[in-house]
Amino acid sequence: MKYLLLKHYRGGPTPVTDMPMIDKWTPEEITAHVRYMQEFAARLQESGEYVDGQALAPEGTFVRYDGEGRPPVTDGPFAETKDLIAGWMVIDVDSYERAVELAGELSAAPGQGGKPIHEWLELRPFLTGPPTITE
Amino acid sequence: MDEVALRSLIPGVLGVLVRRGADFAAAEDAVQDALVEALRAWPADLPRDSLGWLVTVAWRRFLDVVRADAARRRREDLVDEEPPPGPVSAVDDTLRLYFLCAHPSLSPSSAVALTLRAVGGLTTRQIAQAYLVPEATMAQRISRAKRTVSGVRFDQPGDVATVLRVLYLVFNEGYSGDVDLAAEAIRLTRQLAAAIDHPEVAGLLALMLLHHARRAGRTAPDGSLVPLAEQDRSRWDTTLIAEGVGILQTALSRDRLGEFQAQAAIAALHADAPTAAETDWVQIVEWYDELVRLTGNPIARLNRAVGVGEADGPRAGLAALAVLDDTLPRYAAVAAYLHERDGDPDRAAALYAEAARRAASLAERDHLNRQAARLNSRRA
Repeated sequence: MKYLLLKHYRGGPTPVTDMPMIDKWTPEEITAHVRYMQEFAARLQESGEYVDGQALAPEGTFVRYDGEGRPPVTDGPFAETKDLIAGWMVIDVDSYERAVELAGELSAAPGQGGKPIHEWLELRPFLTGPPTITE
Repeated sequence: MDEVALRSLIPGVLGVLVRRGADFAAAEDAVQDALVEALRAWPADLPRDSLGWLVTVAWRRFLDVVRADAARRRREDLVDEEPPPGPVSAVDDTLRLYFLCAHPSLSPSSAVALTLRAVGGLTTRQIAQAYLVPEATMAQRISRAKRTVSGVRFDQPGDVATVLRVLYLVFNEGYSGDVDLAAEAIRLTRQLAAAIDHPEVAGLLALMLLHHARRAGRTAPDGSLVPLAEQDRSRWDTTLIAEGVGILQTALSRDRLGEFQAQAAIAALHADAPTAAETDWVQIVEWYDELVRLTGNPIARLNRAVGVGEADGPRAGLAALAVLDDTLPRYAAVAAYLHERDGDPDRAAALYAEAARRAASLAERDHLNRQAARLNSRRA
């Protein structure tokens, strides 16, 4: 079964650490953080549980249809209340428990001082389960 | 010889190589190479003994590879000891291969992938497409699985139940990519049934045939689900139904009931009914009682409640439902259906909406939302 792990720039429950933004870390701390996530993805590739992963820029824009003959309406990228998705990883695992375990592992990526950042990750199942025959 | 017929020879060839002392991973690679060679050479020159040809080519290929590596001496001893390839009896080895690929040390998804590759002869790309994962991921999954079972002794008897579970997982995956996994599962189960005399293998084969026979009626052209009662029964495949019922009856006559035979019996009662209204729900409930007795499975209890609702009325169905855990998958959908039949559309609509939120597949969610919408728009 496939799950989406969503990383957020903003949104979700209140962070449990008041760690400063990444630009306040040392370069070595950033390198360690990035390497942790690369190694995490590589391990999942090796175990056959990796499907996809991408990082997203923070400049999200909301867009909507505004009626016939009009250009779509855009909402500027700076609305403070918006949830912003930082990136995702798709995994294909045997159980929900395994998905939670992996999400927990990813959330333990090191931040400032090499300590786990305890980042909230959103875990969402895909609606691709086969419609099991029940009749 | 078409590709499917060719692939049906794979487990026999692989079994012979492993029996001769090839390690599983190297043998599997050699057999895939022989398969590619056969696809190239056979259209021009079909061998008289296809299996013997494949064994010879795969064994040579295996030797070529092992001669090149550090284990040369040990392997060459094996070559000296082995009789030359000739006519082979593959049935026993095929069976062991099924057990190996469904070994309990493998995770379900690994066992499925390895079975499709080693027993089914599918390419890694085909399996990856069917499961919607990258080819590299599937390649890793398969090579890990091969490493996991490489230490398993090939002559250990396996557990039929684990093999059947793996085949049923393949069957339920259905259709995506260019391989019909339901058809593939049926092919592999047929092959298993030919190699082993076991009532539950027959039960699973019957169950698959009976479900598969009704597949065309189960979805509308736009992909939406069609409930059993509304299906166009003329679209069901009566040949497959007859075959499934025949296999089931033979299995049941041996009086060694198991869960797949019980499930197949329920499917057969549905398939036998000329119209939904003529379904023998009383007998279906009796089979669900057997299934619950055999497995204690809560999903079987949930399905039993549906049957009770049809046989004895919605109140009885709701009573059967009331003793079950309401967090079960599809509990809300069943409750919705029974409340609607009991004349409570408001409650049914709310439950359908709740069931939609908890659905595991897109087709199911859309179907349940339509049910909720149908009841809500009737009131408006």
